Amino acid sequence: MNLPLLSLVIWLPIAGAIVVLQLGSGARAQLGKQVALGVSVVTFVLSVPLYTRFDGATAAMQFVEKVAWISRFRAFYALGVDGISMPLVLLTTFLTPLVVIAGWQVIKLRPAQYFASFLLLEGMMIGVFAATDALLFYVFWEAMLVPMFIIIGVWGGERRIYATVKFFLYTFLGSVFMLVALIYMYFKAGDYSIASFQNLPLSMTEQVLIFFAFLLAFAVKVPMFPVHTWLPDAHVEAPTGGSVILAAILLKMGGYGFVRFSLPITPDASQSLAWLMIGLSLIAVVYIGFVALVQADLKKLIAYSSIAHMGFVTLGFFVIFLATAKAPGTDGARLALQGGMMQMLSHGLISGALFLCVGVLYDRMHTRQIADYGGVVNTMPKFAALMVLFALANAGLPGTSGFVGEFLVIIGSFHASAWLAFLAATTLVLGAAYTLWMVKRVVFGEVANSDVAELTDVNAREFWMLMVLAVAVLIVGIWPAPIVSAMDTTLGALLEHVAQSKL
Amino acid sequence: MPTADLAAAAPEIFLTFAICAMLLVDVFLRDDQRNVTYVLAMLALIGTAAVTLKFAVGHPVVAFSGSFVTDPASGVLKMFAYIVVGVVFLYSRENLEANGLLKGEFFLLGLFGLLGIMILISAHNLLSLYLGLEVLALSQYTLVAFNRDSAVSAESAMKYFVLGAIASGTLLYGISLLYGITGTLELDKLAEHFATPGGGGVPALLALAFIVAGVAFKFGAVPFHMWLPDVYQGAPAPVALYIGSAPEIAAFALTWRVLVEGLGPLHDAGWRDMLIALSVLSLGLGNVLAIAQSNLKRMLAYSTIAHVGFILMGFIAGTPQGIQAAMFYTFAYVLMAAAAFGMIILLSRAGFEAERLEDFKGLNARSPWFAFVTLMIMFSMAGVPPFIGFWAKLNVLGSVLSSGLVWLAAVGMLFAVIGAFYYIRIVWLMYFAEPEDRTPVGAAADMRIALSANGLGLLALGVFPGLLLDLCARVLGG
Repeated sequence: MNLPLLSLVIWLPIAGAIVVLQLGSGARAQLGKQVALGVSVVTFVLSVPLYTRFDGATAAMQFVEKVAWISRFRAFYALGVDGISMPLVLLTTFLTPLVVIAGWQVIKLRPAQYFASFLLLEGMMIGVFAATDALLFYVFWEAMLVPMFIIIGVWGGERRIYATVKFFLYTFLGSVFMLVALIYMYFKAGDYSIASFQNLPLSMTEQVLIFFAFLLAFAVKVPMFPVHTWLPDAHVEAPTGGSVILAAILLKMGGYGFVRFSLPITPDASQSLAWLMIGLSLIAVVYIGFVALVQADLKKLIAYSSIAHMGFVTLGFFVIFLATAKAPGTDGARLALQGGMMQMLSHGLISGALFLCVGVLYDRMHTRQIADYGGVVNTMPKFAALMVLFALANAGLPGTSGFVGEFLVIIGSFHASAWLAFLAATTLVLGAAYTLWMVKRVVFGEVANSDVAELTDVNAREFWMLMVLAVAVLIVGIWPAPIVSAMDTTLGALLEHVAQSKL
Repeated sequence: MPTADLAAAAPEIFLTFAICAMLLVDVFLRDDQRNVTYVLAMLALIGTAAVTLKFAVGHPVVAFSGSFVTDPASGVLKMFAYIVVGVVFLYSRENLEANGLLKGEFFLLGLFGLLGIMILISAHNLLSLYLGLEVLALSQYTLVAFNRDSAVSAESAMKYFVLGAIASGTLLYGISLLYGITGTLELDKLAEHFATPGGGGVPALLALAFIVAGVAFKFGAVPFHMWLPDVYQGAPAPVALYIGSAPEIAAFALTWRVLVEGLGPLHDAGWRDMLIALSVLSLGLGNVLAIAQSNLKRMLAYSTIAHVGFILMGFIAGTPQGIQAAMFYTFAYVLMAAAAFGMIILLSRAGFEAERLEDFKGLNARSPWFAFVTLMIMFSMAGVPPFIGFWAKLNVLGSVLSSGLVWLAAVGMLFAVIGAFYYIRIVWLMYFAEPEDRTPVGAAADMRIALSANGLGLLALGVFPGLLLDLCARVLGG
């Protein structure tokens, strides 16, 4: 049996969203929730074969589907996954059911639209990762903004309108210039397939312009310093589920864009501008790390920590040029690239889990201020144990997934320059500082006030939701080999491609 | 007069007879029987469409001694105009009735305007073009003043008339200069004249400047846009719907016939740069001023101006692809504008017009479905996929890029981002705010179905834009 798996995991959630909307928020809202959960779980189950039947020995696209779409633009409905996109698709299908569960009892306002938005978003996000046609990619990429705009704006906090408009305009601005670049390459290449863009010979000037057009789109999504300012606002104001999806998956789109578009399409521009990217990444790691240290708001702290961790991703992706130049013949570049990818996956799990933890606290106390907490461990021991685990993972404790990516990137950077590695490694100190200090103030110590004293520990729904993530964080941390080996061939091919000059 | 000539103009002739017949019937109807006129108007449209299909041609047929042409593109443009005018009548009927404006004249003037649009589309001579333009313009002036007891309507009709007369005069003056230079008014002879070396020169540029100014006025391109916001705001919503939709097809046809078919050889040396200026100004001013509007009709007026900037981009490229892109954009725009004004009409009631932005507040709580339809309209106008507005922008952008104007594409995109702000403001008012008045959204079933179909059409054509793209390409060649 050969099901079009990718189409199924894209369109099943979207169809599910329509059903949920039809059921409405009235008498049948409960049924709507069940449908939403059912659809997201089935989608996850359907996506599992993408991993089990994945052939790690080839760098080619797998589970390929291709149907003529717009003949006038020679655009195709073309899907496929390789070692880069397959793990990200799985991350998406894995997290969406958790997000649905997280909103189960909490969302009182128009629940049908809430769950439908997340299902729509899931389908579109998978579409972004699975599209092998640039036009299809762009359509999913932009369409994603619509449900996200609604999610933050309707169910967000007090300043939600400011945050969601800022989010929308920032990302819209970033992506329109990418569109100009895509059309430009279409005229040169003759079609919109990403593969033919990757093999398109481009002069240095063209490459630099295209590189910056992409940079604007992807840097905003990652987000990189200095276009990161939308993220803390959006995170703080978004509902828990929105924050989880935003941090865990939407940010990965930027990183994915770099490895899918920037590196292979403009290798020479990437090489000559690697210093800029590395510089911005290090600023994100070090400077944003300090910024995170002084945050008084739990969500803001995690948001800044996300920026710092994503700095590691971009560092890993662009340090490969220095590593190849300084230490040819070693594994440096490959390790850095793997590290960047692992960091994306791991950050997806950890930041998602941390935002869920904040959500659990917020649902009880309705405050995100760190100062309002203290001694939560006394009243919520089970929750405290899980939160400490995630916090340690965020700080990069060996044995958790957070360690793998950071370690690989630092080793890769070492091949490029010891100083680079040194600066990158400060994250281990800073990350530990801001995360553990936050944990100390929130979780440990004496019971701070009467509100904390009245807290009740996590219920079964919350416990299992966090437990699943805890298990995932530990498995990836202790035994990352299956994921690394699935990505390895693709990343190797990418490195070879990037090493060949297009000039 | 050979019968071939009559066949070429069969749709126009049929519509003229139909309008005359309706005039006669309407005189004998009582005020409570005006729905008969409505039905007759719809039948006239269907009949005209049938005649157009019956006499459709696969290649250009020039008739009436070179003053009239029927070609595949004119067929498609006309069919689209019938559909749009039909939709306008459908959206308007209930609203007109509620406000005591359901008069036969609305439909008659609407059809006369359509007749003007059709003549303009098929014009092959500057005089027949002017004739079509004036038939359309006179119907529009009268329509704006249609609600004669409203001072605002009267004022905007007056403004429209005075400015419109100046624009017509400008255009006519340009035409007379052209006649002085070339000795002909036929489009293909003009093209022949200017294609020969030394055919251009300063007098031709002078004529061109007047003609471009006239065209820009009809489009509402900056700096000839002053009438648009006032007319949209002053006219009753059904009239604004009419003026905001169907005549844009005429404006496209006017530009295409005059500048591309007639004065095509002057593209590089003359009107390209003029249109670049108009386009950039329209994009800038339209998008920025739309942000400041609190009246939805005015906001849509400025949004129209901004869209015109994009349509002009297709002409700026000047290639067959560019003209196709402009045509596609015009169709997309007309569909979106019809839906947007339809939404205003849907939310309006007797004596109340939902024209303030606040009237859309909390629409999601009143009617989730129509809030969603409006969401689709707004994101489509902003150019967000998967709606048709995205493909329209992509298409003109592509044509501008392929003619090497990368900076213009970048400017267009920059203003598209600025423009996105006021469209999403409507969305946030609908979804993020609580409604001020909780009246359920009520309207006749035909209106609800048509508006839903209109909104879903934006999505369907956005997911499968290939059909319409191919159609534009086939009829315009290339």
